[in-house]
Amino acid sequence: MSALDAGAALPRRRLDVLPALTPLAVALVAAPFIGSLSTFVTLTAAGLAMGMLIFTMASGLTLVFGMMDVLNFGHGAFIALGAYAATLALAPLASWSSADSLVLNLAVFVLAIIVAALICGVFGWVFERLIVKPVYGQHLKQILATIGGSIIAEQLLYAVFGPAQIPLALPKTLEGSFVFGQAAVEKYRLLATCVGLLVFAAEMLILNRTRIGLLIRAGVENREMVEALGYRVDRLFVAVFMAGSALAGLGGAMMALYRGQVHATIGGEFLVLCFIVIIIGGLGSVGGSFVASILVALIANYTGFLAPKLALVSNILAMVAVLLWRPRGLYPVSGR
Amino acid sequence: MSAALTLQGVHTHIGRYHILQGVDFDAPAGRTTMLLGRNGAGKTTTLRTIMGLWRASKGRIALGATALEKLAASDVARLGVGYAPETMAVFSDLTVKENLVLGARQGALDDARLAWIFGFFPALKKFWLSRAGALSGGQKQMLSIARAIVEPRELLLIDEPTKGLAPAIVGALIACLNEIKATGVTILLVEQNFRVAREVGDEVRVMDNGLIVHRGPMAALAADEALQNRLLGLSLASHQ
Amino acid sequence: MTPSLETRDLTIRFGGHVAVDHVSCAFFPGELTAIVGPNGAGKTTYFNLMSGQLAASDGAVLIGGVDVTPLSAPKRTRLGLGRAFQLTNLFPRLSVGENVRLATQAKAGVHYDMRRPWRASHDLVERADAVLASVGLLDKRDAPAAALPHGDQRKLEVAMMMALEPSIFMFDEPTAGMSVDEVPVILGLIARLKADKSKTILLVEHKMDVVRSLADRIIVLADGRLAADGEPAAVIASPIVQEAYLGVAPGARA
Repeated sequence: MSALDAGAALPRRRLDVLPALTPLAVALVAAPFIGSLSTFVTLTAAGLAMGMLIFTMASGLTLVFGMMDVLNFGHGAFIALGAYAATLALAPLASWSSADSLVLNLAVFVLAIIVAALICGVFGWVFERLIVKPVYGQHLKQILATIGGSIIAEQLLYAVFGPAQIPLALPKTLEGSFVFGQAAVEKYRLLATCVGLLVFAAEMLILNRTRIGLLIRAGVENREMVEALGYRVDRLFVAVFMAGSALAGLGGAMMALYRGQVHATIGGEFLVLCFIVIIIGGLGSVGGSFVASILVALIANYTGFLAPKLALVSNILAMVAVLLWRPRGLYPVSGR
Repeated sequence: MSAALTLQGVHTHIGRYHILQGVDFDAPAGRTTMLLGRNGAGKTTTLRTIMGLWRASKGRIALGATALEKLAASDVARLGVGYAPETMAVFSDLTVKENLVLGARQGALDDARLAWIFGFFPALKKFWLSRAGALSGGQKQMLSIARAIVEPRELLLIDEPTKGLAPAIVGALIACLNEIKATGVTILLVEQNFRVAREVGDEVRVMDNGLIVHRGPMAALAADEALQNRLLGLSLASHQ
Repeated sequence: MTPSLETRDLTIRFGGHVAVDHVSCAFFPGELTAIVGPNGAGKTTYFNLMSGQLAASDGAVLIGGVDVTPLSAPKRTRLGLGRAFQLTNLFPRLSVGENVRLATQAKAGVHYDMRRPWRASHDLVERADAVLASVGLLDKRDAPAAALPHGDQRKLEVAMMMALEPSIFMFDEPTAGMSVDEVPVILGLIARLKADKSKTILLVEHKMDVVRSLADRIIVLADGRLAADGEPAAVIASPIVQEAYLGVAPGARA
């Protein structure tokens, strides 16, 4: 090595920590206003759980947009489909649900969300081939086509399952709360948080440790170059779309269980939230949507308690605030 | 020994612009062909059309006996074509290592090959686990080239590799290309740097306005200053 | 004489890596200084620190003797610092004329005036046209900037800088990617700027012939540090530049 080229090997890349701390910052700011510790704990736990559910629904959407520049307004249909699919698993196994056994309850829960994910994955493939593929590269048509697709999907769900709300009871041992002093934390929220964290861990592992994850990350940055390196990006994209739809279904199923009822309007309701989350997080960034989901859920919960009138706009205000600070989102992907 | 690359009557339209207007040339098997010309002549468009990133509207492109003009970019790449674009196109959020892993279609990186590459571009070893986005412009250029040669290829398409490289690294690149040449790979190289063209090129094709206006051996062009002047505007020998 | 631009012990660290290491240098009007160095030596980072795109970890940047280290890039531009980038930085969908007019507007301090149509700002339009004429782009005034060939885009960048009427010009590899016929035009522009003895010019370049023909002074950056500073012939002939930067084997000459 010449005199000018002495440097030692450089350390691994460092993570930009500041955006990840925003939920913490929000919690710290809200705490004194909330006053009571038990209320704060309850609200925060609820926010975390809600954030995990939103993340499960949104993470697929950010990759779909990041990778193929596809605006999928049909994403909400999979959230709804997942909820209905869960009933298909839970209805025949009602005895497992009502049994007073944690094992059976967890088993039927896991079964329900897996069924939801699988069904949504398959329909995701159908949706992608039929509706999304013909409109690659044309944003306006994508919006029209996917909204149209989601309206059709919604009506099909009503046709198959009936237009009324379907009640969905939580399995017996998953009802109720753990009580810590004065704070009550619902058991189901804890479960939802665990599932969400597992989903996040699995996604990060796949994205960062596997070759397919490498391809997805590269594809989000520069799809054309990945093709020029010899990889079929369109096939990869279909897989990502299916995974995204499956995750949306998983989230929808969990959300329906949480609310105790299933109705197709759940799709439209969470679709907007998903878009806000992926914009705040940075389009194409799974880590970003993780942080953004928690942020949005915490803000919604705190404002719901402190200033209920602002609750409806709190998400939009959060998005505006974040974009003023980081115009491309919390963790933007290079080259977008 | 690799196959020859041939283009016959290739036209490419980008939107309303008719960029390639009937390009005819061949890059002989196992030789290095320089593609020279002014900016805007269509050199990059030619490489992109061969690569399948842009579809030729007319004409034929062949690598040996295999027709390329209807293939998608990923299929062209899988025939063993390595491509280093003018824009470098390194993946900024991926590490240097991950960028090279993606270039190695056969699977794992070959340590011996990597050591050979590091010999020419030591900076890549230094930044092995760093985000490619943290590299300087010239270092990204090194990465882009390394990615194209990280495995043996049948055909190399390289677009302005010396842009932004320090003179010492340009020397390293010339040495590297000469070693690759020795393995009998067909290379098509777009360059503005005449030193590189002279030291590496066996053949030269000059483009202007979407057409080939000169074909011949590099040595002949290098020796003829008047011809250089006529084709490329200035005496190239005066620029490094 | 007060330097028009100066850095004192300027340092920036990214985690464990020191990209620019206590670089102290002063630049004076009427002088064109070329900055050379191996890839990754910190040349563009040094520029970014001076123009304000990056905030220093340590040290100071001074413009006309005034400490501007805490100031943002736009503020430094208003103090007379003009910067062109390594990758072309234009407004691709605007026309050539509109690009330059934006620069003249910025210079005039006009920001959010929604009352007057742009055609009414005769003085700004005239100035924009004058700048375009001086770089030879007046006939392409209405073309979209993205449609220009690369060499013309670089010319447009220089024109935009000139419209800002800075006292300090910073060029980062202005001839990169230019074909042989385009290079002399940009060099001619820079030479004309140099002839104006009130301007300070900094130039990052790898092409030695460009450096030899234009530079009054060369500084060498290596591994983030200032490795040499002096008269072009002497610096180019020094062993450290010959071997490590130009790649000439010890004993031979470039």
